[in-house]
Amino acid sequence: MNWQWFHRLSSPKWFYQISGSLLPWFWGISLILIVAGLYQGLYNSVIDYQQGSTVRIMYLHVPTAFASMMFYVVMAVAAAIGYIWRIKLAHMAAVSAAPVGAAMTLLALVTGSLWGKPIWNTWWVWDARLTSELILLFLYLGFMSLHQAFEDREVGDRAAGVLAMVGVINVPIIHFSVEWWNTLHQGATISKFEKPSMDPSMLIALLLMIFAVILFCSAVMMYRMRNEVLSREQSKSWVKEVIGQ
Amino acid sequence: MLIKLLQRELLRHWRCRQDLINPLIFFILTVSLFPLAVTPDGQLLGQIGSGIIWVAALLAAMLSLESMYRDDYHDGTLELLLLQSGSSYTVVMAKIISHWLTTGLPLVIISPLLAVMMQISSEGITALMLTLLIGTPVLSLIGSVGMGLTVGLRQGGVLLSLLVLPLYIPILIFGASAVSAAAMGMDYSGQLAFMGAFLLGSISLVPLASVAAIRVSIR
Repeated sequence: MNWQWFHRLSSPKWFYQISGSLLPWFWGISLILIVAGLYQGLYNSVIDYQQGSTVRIMYLHVPTAFASMMFYVVMAVAAAIGYIWRIKLAHMAAVSAAPVGAAMTLLALVTGSLWGKPIWNTWWVWDARLTSELILLFLYLGFMSLHQAFEDREVGDRAAGVLAMVGVINVPIIHFSVEWWNTLHQGATISKFEKPSMDPSMLIALLLMIFAVILFCSAVMMYRMRNEVLSREQSKSWVKEVIGQ
Repeated sequence: MLIKLLQRELLRHWRCRQDLINPLIFFILTVSLFPLAVTPDGQLLGQIGSGIIWVAALLAAMLSLESMYRDDYHDGTLELLLLQSGSSYTVVMAKIISHWLTTGLPLVIISPLLAVMMQISSEGITALMLTLLIGTPVLSLIGSVGMGLTVGLRQGGVLLSLLVLPLYIPILIFGASAVSAAAMGMDYSGQLAFMGAFLLGSISLVPLASVAAIRVSIR
């Protein structure tokens, strides 16, 4: 089999060029989606009959929680690819995904506690989902600080990569053990297999926001990756050309 | 080969006995701080005691991880061992087993004493010993990955806790809940089965990650 495309795909220079032309689209579309989603969510959707307008926190809480888990998987898969095939670009992707995911985890926790105060009458409960989200934040922090602890960036890549792979096997175990331990949080409302149990106007807003947040996170991650490429490849002639412009 | 490496490890531990005793003293001291801080009331201690003993065991196991790799790493022994033994898997396995024998097992043996001090019922004590017996090997196994990754770092200690403690959470949840279930006279075989599953799963998978981790640090 011809693997040339694969190696071309993993070349930092190629990535820098292609991402440069993709990035404005990512920014633009995510901005449009965020505006549309927020409009639909904050003004145009019905309110919950029990929770009133507080339910609108959901349009930020659910997308960030979703992104926090998704970017952990993205990070771990990228780290595994980088570790196994020794692809530099994949390590750069893993390193760039971590802060984005950590930020989303923090946002999900903060919006969650803001939501919890009026509804559950407490900022924080030791509930399964809240706890596993908190542990996810610790896993992200562990990854980032382990990577930074090494002076040699490539050793840091590989070390943090091992941690990310161990972590991704552990995430479901942690999740289920915590779930078994204690749960108060409501179950997932959106599922692929069942008819969603919410009003269509809410669902539209939520889906818009989920796509918007994912696209926005991808844009931030891509931006970070471009920085990472430039700083790691700074001795290469093409980078000098780019910077010299 | 494994036996020889294990003998060497145990001899090494025996020759610096202070490292063997320190985690135990830490374990006892931490547990005995809680009645002072919370309450000497026997009924409350009986309820929270299992959790306290488990957390203290977790921390003691984590703090003793240093002795697994650090000395051997700094004097170059570890590099030679990995080069010469032919299989890094065996070296890592010997390290993990000896770590458990020198810290996990003493914790299990001394735990009934602490359980009595914390007013845990006799059913609870049996459960505590059983869960610690199954749980501490998992702590050594997972800890070896974290230690392998941080052995070359100067400020490794704090980082180690950040890497390892989140991964210890499932074992803590099941261990502590089995003991409190037993203390209330309920069946705790489910928790034990889960812990057994963790043990088998981590015996089969974790050494591979541990080898990868130590290879990153050695190079």
